Amino acid sequence: MDALGLTPDEWTAIVLSLRVAAVATLASLVPGLAVAWVLARKRFPGRALLDGLVHLPLILPPVVTGYVLLLALGRRGLFGPTLAQFGIVFSFRWTGAALACAVMGFPLMVRAMRLSIEAVDRRVEQAAATLGAAPLAVFLTVTLPLALPGVLVGAVLAFAKAMGEFGATITFVSNIPGETQTLPSAIYTLTQVPGGEGAALRLTLISVALSMTALLISELLARRLGRRLGAEAP
Amino acid sequence: MTIAVDVSLVRGAFALDVAFTAPAGLTALFGRSGSGKTTVIDLIAGLARPDRGRIALDGELLLDTASGRDLPTHRRRIGTVFQQARLLPHLTVRQNLGYGRWFARHRPDAAGLGFDDVVGLLGIDHLLDRRPAGLSGGEGQRVAIGRALLSRPRLLLMDEPLAALDAARKAEILPLIERLRDGAGIPIVYVSHAVSEVARLAGTIVVLEAGRVTAAGPAEAILRRGDLGAYHAAEAGALLEMVVEADEPVSGLTRLAGVAGRLVVPNLARAVGTAVRIRVPARDVIVSLGHPVGLSARNVLSGRVLSISPTGESAALVEIDCNGAVLSARLTRASVTTLALAPGHPVFAIVKSVAFDPEGVGTGWASGVMEI
Repeated sequence: MDALGLTPDEWTAIVLSLRVAAVATLASLVPGLAVAWVLARKRFPGRALLDGLVHLPLILPPVVTGYVLLLALGRRGLFGPTLAQFGIVFSFRWTGAALACAVMGFPLMVRAMRLSIEAVDRRVEQAAATLGAAPLAVFLTVTLPLALPGVLVGAVLAFAKAMGEFGATITFVSNIPGETQTLPSAIYTLTQVPGGEGAALRLTLISVALSMTALLISELLARRLGRRLGAEAP
Repeated sequence: MTIAVDVSLVRGAFALDVAFTAPAGLTALFGRSGSGKTTVIDLIAGLARPDRGRIALDGELLLDTASGRDLPTHRRRIGTVFQQARLLPHLTVRQNLGYGRWFARHRPDAAGLGFDDVVGLLGIDHLLDRRPAGLSGGEGQRVAIGRALLSRPRLLLMDEPLAALDAARKAEILPLIERLRDGAGIPIVYVSHAVSEVARLAGTIVVLEAGRVTAAGPAEAILRRGDLGAYHAAEAGALLEMVVEADEPVSGLTRLAGVAGRLVVPNLARAVGTAVRIRVPARDVIVSLGHPVGLSARNVLSGRVLSISPTGESAALVEIDCNGAVLSARLTRASVTTLALAPGHPVFAIVKSVAFDPEGVGTGWASGVMEI
């Protein structure tokens, strides 16, 4: 880290960003898959509403999403006090930052997963059912493995989005160094103080490098998975 | 083991109202495309739901819309082989075969077919480590059959499993299906629109036309009477079970014997005593009142007219009882009048050709028609 010339504060922001993005992505995986599967496979009243809700953070100004989260889960919000009784507090905590990032990345994740689930041949799923696989087993042994490249892409998109999330996070959990100050918040802070340009540029380059690495890893994994599915070993 | 189906559904312009019972052995659902065969298969497998109906397998209700019972597909224990193999593309052949086996590991295994038995029966041991993407159509379909068998099914559904295959691959798989029918002890419902397949395989035939059953019964009677629907009326013909009595390589002829009498056919190259199922097309049977003389045809069977029924605009199908085996002859109605044929009349049936499958294992026919 010394080689990169990072200050402890900058290092903290990077580690926090990675942690927030990882937790946001991992925590979104199961609900994301569930919503993607429902949207891809089920027809029910209210489907359009669910679809709209999922996509809302994509089209709303991030500040609005953050403010809605604050109204709902803030210390004096709609559900905040109730959750606090169970020891669950989001406001001004890094967990709140993770929640904001998860919400913002959710539409991207669901979209990629849904497309890849829709591409899975339902006739193969039916064949699995005739062989005795219950719906959950069909999902785990057929749908999920076949949709895995798209699921991976969804996860990486959500991770990248979380690494870059700024508006909703800063609105919901503010910009507390060591707790809620992620990379974008740190860059923003540095650009607001005199003489911060050098550090801001360093963090910007690191931000670019991290995002590119995530994309490269996902590309490599997706390619390997695709090879396993399509090609025949000689 | 019987399956009883009584279902109806309406989907847009298509209406299906079908009731039949399939006994043990192989039951063919026969009909042109669009007649509702695949829908019936989907309903039995639980992949589609009828508007109304009951489906019972050996007395157990799989579906009963009246009581709201609807056993989900994965609990019906019905092995299904589709037109396309539908193998799991991310698994090897071995894993595909083991897939249904795993879900069935706690079930009783009526047929007692082990993994090695099935692999051997289907001749797929060299494919076990390959993936479905690298299999030919025929190989994939064999794996699909094996996969269904290994899931310990109570019933096997086969939805035109040969439709996507060329003639050579068909000839490869037909004997396998015969072996399953005769040896596996699992009843089979087999969908087809090919008369030759049905005649070769089926013990029972259910004929579907535009979503309705137009005929159902033993294959022999359905084929003889030409009940396969207007489109196939010309393909009526009797099925005869015969035994190779003598094989004469010198003259190039094989003599077959059955209850109807003897037939001499071009060399079948089968061992004496082999059972063969041959088909005598009704259009290739000539009826004579006296024993014919001065004819090139060698095969003359004597019998009595059983029934005469008009078919088409000018033809009639005459059933002739030859000592218990029944032939049918397709004549013009004018000939029936000229000969003054009536039930009970003694006649001679001159057989111009028989159909059989030279590749079959002695029990079937499919591809060849020979003039005799």
